[in-house]
Amino acid sequence: MDGMHDLGGKQGFGPVKFVPHAPAFHADWEHRVNALYSLAVRGGVYNMDEYRHAIERMDPRHYLSASYYERTLTGLATLCVEKGLVTQEELDVLAAGHFPLSNPSAPGRSNAPERERFKPGDKVSVKPDYVSGHMRMPGYIRGKSGVVVGESPPYPFPDAHAHGVDSADEPTYDVRFRTQDLWPDASEDALVHVGVFQSYLVRAD
Amino acid sequence: MTDRPAFQKVTAPVETRVAVMEKVLEKHGIANDAAIVGFDKHAAEQWVPQNGARVVARTWSDPGFRQRLLENGRAAVTELGLTMPKHHRHLVALENTDKVHNVICCSLCSCTAFTIIGLPPDWYKDLDYRARAVRESRSVLKEMGLDLPADMEIRVWDTTADTRYMVIPTRPKGTEGWTEEKLAGIVTQDSMIGVSRL
Repeated sequence: MDGMHDLGGKQGFGPVKFVPHAPAFHADWEHRVNALYSLAVRGGVYNMDEYRHAIERMDPRHYLSASYYERTLTGLATLCVEKGLVTQEELDVLAAGHFPLSNPSAPGRSNAPERERFKPGDKVSVKPDYVSGHMRMPGYIRGKSGVVVGESPPYPFPDAHAHGVDSADEPTYDVRFRTQDLWPDASEDALVHVGVFQSYLVRAD
Repeated sequence: MTDRPAFQKVTAPVETRVAVMEKVLEKHGIANDAAIVGFDKHAAEQWVPQNGARVVARTWSDPGFRQRLLENGRAAVTELGLTMPKHHRHLVALENTDKVHNVICCSLCSCTAFTIIGLPPDWYKDLDYRARAVRESRSVLKEMGLDLPADMEIRVWDTTADTRYMVIPTRPKGTEGWTEEKLAGIVTQDSMIGVSRL
């Protein structure tokens, strides 16, 4: 989905709030929610693709204003409701206030029926796919061309795996793009590499 | 309060909402205080940048290891007793040189090789870095204190799948003859993300 999470290349953001050797956590509850979401994965409540997608479905205003670990909490709670462990009403009562959850999911999809095998040096294009469910293609590479520089072992296909849809595992290709091809005349010169699932790619001439 | 529409309700404090989820998961036998504390302790003690620092020091010291790391990172780090989660099926080591600088990010969320280079710092997961690192890396790095020469090529790696990356910084001059342990002591998490050089 073209959600608020898809931030790569969005303009208007300011300086990174950076200090050297910065911490991962700032409050005790952040440690606890990080453990909770991981224990729920281990406990088989949901998989990582479902988890990522649950966060992506947060209302955009909530997504942008929430801290990182509040997003973790919201994804966890949304999936616990969707999997039937608890209801929104019960959460609101237990919290003695509103417990905001993510918006509902749209259907997923399985692998592309025809997938090509690529090797380093091959020129590829990212298909101009638009889907309403989960996908791991950042919008900034949609329809763009680049060169394969690496191949991974097969992984579960996120567009299916986040939605309980049957699919085959497939490799991802590290594809090298030039910033000038991604954002002509409005970017700084660099090579950007993206891990792209096989179903998202076609051979380019 | 319960008969008001959701958009009018006051959102409960985040700490309260976390405590609620603890109750929910405890009721279903998925988490409890001991498991939470145990998980957090394991994360704090095991998923630390010193792991990656040992990988970098070995890479600098042992050409055979360097070759194995570049060919199959996930297998090579097991030589140092390090492991990665099942879903991280691939580790790619990115070597910096005098002419090439690598930097990693995750524009979609916060993905990192956290068992190797440690849990990512706050800014890595924040909106500004995620939005800007892919499009204006030279300015972002400069603002973060790394002013790269104009002729140095920048390679950004956006962690959009379950392949994981780590940057191998260039070995600083004056470290010839150092032990691996001493070398590992100078390797920082920031340098393995690629927002600093040593």
